Amino acid sequence: MEIDADAPHSMGTTIIGVTYNGGVVLGADSRTSTGVYVANRASDKITQLTDNVYVCRSGSAADSQIVSDYVRYFLHQHTIQLGQPATVKVAANLVRLLAYNNKNMLQTGLIVGGWDKYEGGKIYGIPLGGTIIEQPFAIGGSGSSYLYGFFDQAWKEGMTKDEAEQLVVKAVSLAIARDGASGGVVRTVIINSEGVTRNFYPGDKLPLWYEELEPQFSLLDIPSSPGPEPMNI
Amino acid sequence: YPYVTGTSVVGVKYKDGILMASDMGASYGSTLRYKSVERMKPIGKHSLLGASGEISDFQEILRYLDELILYDNMWDDGNSLGPKEVHSYLTRVMYNRRNKFNPLWNSLVLGGVKNGKKYLGTVSMIGVHFEDNHVATGFGNHLARPILREEWREDLSYEDGVKLLEKCMRVLLYRDRSAVNKIQIAKITEEGVSISKPYSLRTFWEFNAFRNPTVGAEGSW
Repeated sequence: MEIDADAPHSMGTTIIGVTYNGGVVLGADSRTSTGVYVANRASDKITQLTDNVYVCRSGSAADSQIVSDYVRYFLHQHTIQLGQPATVKVAANLVRLLAYNNKNMLQTGLIVGGWDKYEGGKIYGIPLGGTIIEQPFAIGGSGSSYLYGFFDQAWKEGMTKDEAEQLVVKAVSLAIARDGASGGVVRTVIINSEGVTRNFYPGDKLPLWYEELEPQFSLLDIPSSPGPEPMNI
Repeated sequence: YPYVTGTSVVGVKYKDGILMASDMGASYGSTLRYKSVERMKPIGKHSLLGASGEISDFQEILRYLDELILYDNMWDDGNSLGPKEVHSYLTRVMYNRRNKFNPLWNSLVLGGVKNGKKYLGTVSMIGVHFEDNHVATGFGNHLARPILREEWREDLSYEDGVKLLEKCMRVLLYRDRSAVNKIQIAKITEEGVSISKPYSLRTFWEFNAFRNPTVGAEGSW
């Protein structure tokens, strides 16, 4: 199969942002594809905007990177002028302005999440078109199609930090299992009043789902298997 | 082109003012993506704006109107913008964008009461605008307006108005694919604007014909 190296880099992606009592947990997979080839199997889709606000990127890799670069630049200036850390709402609205005013040219869906002292942990979803919508949890990217039902059932108000992170890891790994455009490792970022914690869950440490098998080192290590039988035609 | 869209808004004039209803859904293509979006917002002291279509454009329109109301208040001249003026402003905005081939992809319903005069109007994304005793956007045009044509009367009471709107919203819930069962009803009177808490409608499925659709015609649907 011909690999089209000139196809735009697009992050198929699964991205998630979840609030809990005390802050937010952001999660994402790590696959970036050019057409059918996986250009980067360990990308970092959770990008820092300020000390206390991060953004999950999906859609076109180039568009989401440039939007987050501009917003980081604007927020840096804003923080200097304001004299204190920017709020999550301001960060999200800056992202919205860029997304809305360039809607004909951009193809990126973003989830902005963070913690500030005025409103605590907040998640803002900014889909294609530049709508801004504050939500207790947000999902995005191609893998999110497989998670609407999961979250409808599994989401609860007032989770603890560990419950929230486990939910995010489970959800991303479920999406990776079914979405060809998502894969690799699960990265999470937890943001609360104490600061920011980055976590890394490699592909082989994620739970196994239906029809998946426990990975083996080699066929030769499986004791009871005498090797493939000749076929009976 | 629209990405995240809201479905119908329905509005009627009643005895004390205006009643408007919409659901709280915002779809992303065929996915019912967001289910708690307020598609009706108060404007100033006298008006209420309901929108269907692209939500990001509706949010932008709210910002334009915010600025308009702000300037109006800054004049501090005791006058405040009424629904007719807001409707006129919106018409100009929508028509001008249409002429530049860059429309705001919305159908708007604007209702309000000022100095005892009730006003209910609508503006579409191409700038078509008019006022009437009952208006609706989107699917509501096809499903709700015929009901309203038959059953609307001058001097509807609040209770009758709400029941009429609920009837329209129920039909839309049954027959509009992008409808979501979480609605709000808003009321505007001389005293002011109020939007109800979100609530869900009951639906009825217990027709014999629903239970046994193929009786007498095996193999049909």
